[in-house]
Amino acid sequence: MNWGGWSEFWAMGGYGFYVWGSYGVMLACLALEIVLLRRRAREVKA
Amino acid sequence: MSAAIRWFWFASPQTFFPLAGRIALACWAGAAVLAAAGLYVGFFVAPTDAQQGEAYRIIFIHVPAAWMSMFLYVVMAFWAALGLAFNTRLSSMMASAIAPTGAWMTFLALWTGALWGRPTWGAYWVWDARLTSELILLFLYLGFMALQAAIDDPRRANRAGALLAIVGVVNVPIIYFSVQWWNTLHQGASVSLTRAPSMASTMLAGMLLMALALWLYSIAASLTRVRCIIRERE
Repeated sequence: MNWGGWSEFWAMGGYGFYVWGSYGVMLACLALEIVLLRRRAREVKA
Repeated sequence: MSAAIRWFWFASPQTFFPLAGRIALACWAGAAVLAAAGLYVGFFVAPTDAQQGEAYRIIFIHVPAAWMSMFLYVVMAFWAALGLAFNTRLSSMMASAIAPTGAWMTFLALWTGALWGRPTWGAYWVWDARLTSELILLFLYLGFMALQAAIDDPRRANRAGALLAIVGVVNVPIIYFSVQWWNTLHQGASVSLTRAPSMASTMLAGMLLMALALWLYSIAASLTRVRCIIRERE
């Protein structure tokens, strides 16, 4: 275990902006692609 | 039924459709499990890096995304070339289905690279051979998608796209070997089959788990998209 608590985890040793900025954008891209795929699948079925 | 006949059997979009659905479902599930394991190892097991502190944890998405960006391009060009050579509809559909996922993997590799470069190099972007060739890869993906979207007739769109994809393959070895051929700010390969790993084994494990997760995710997303394309065109 690396972290003393949640605040330490989110701070990422002062690199929070860079680490969470990377993971956040990845999550956004992932969510966007899944939403668009589901919408497209629904549209072609209709 | 012999293996050869089975391959041709599944080369027809209609027979491939249900198979693609089953493979996609298994891959969605596998990707979710591996990503959970990879993130756990990456954040809670792998230790803090002695030189870079916690900033290095970007590696768990940066390297897998960069690998996938190159790998998906080669697979896309392979299917496009097959479609061009044998005029098989499904091959061209596979190429079109892979492109958007490959494009955002490339974008993600560039984005996470920028956010990693700032704390370690002091700059979000430099016109380094590795970074520049990866940016060209993003333009190749976007160009492929734009070209296909601009041509109404699917057969002509497939042919034009295939030519672009095949010519663009030259860029993939340039990206891969850029760190050896030129004096780049970007570091050399972190994983090699011929050398002992240069990083802690838990870091390597987290990275490989995430790479497998993205790999399965890409298969799942591409197959889900190819099912939409089959429905739209057939």
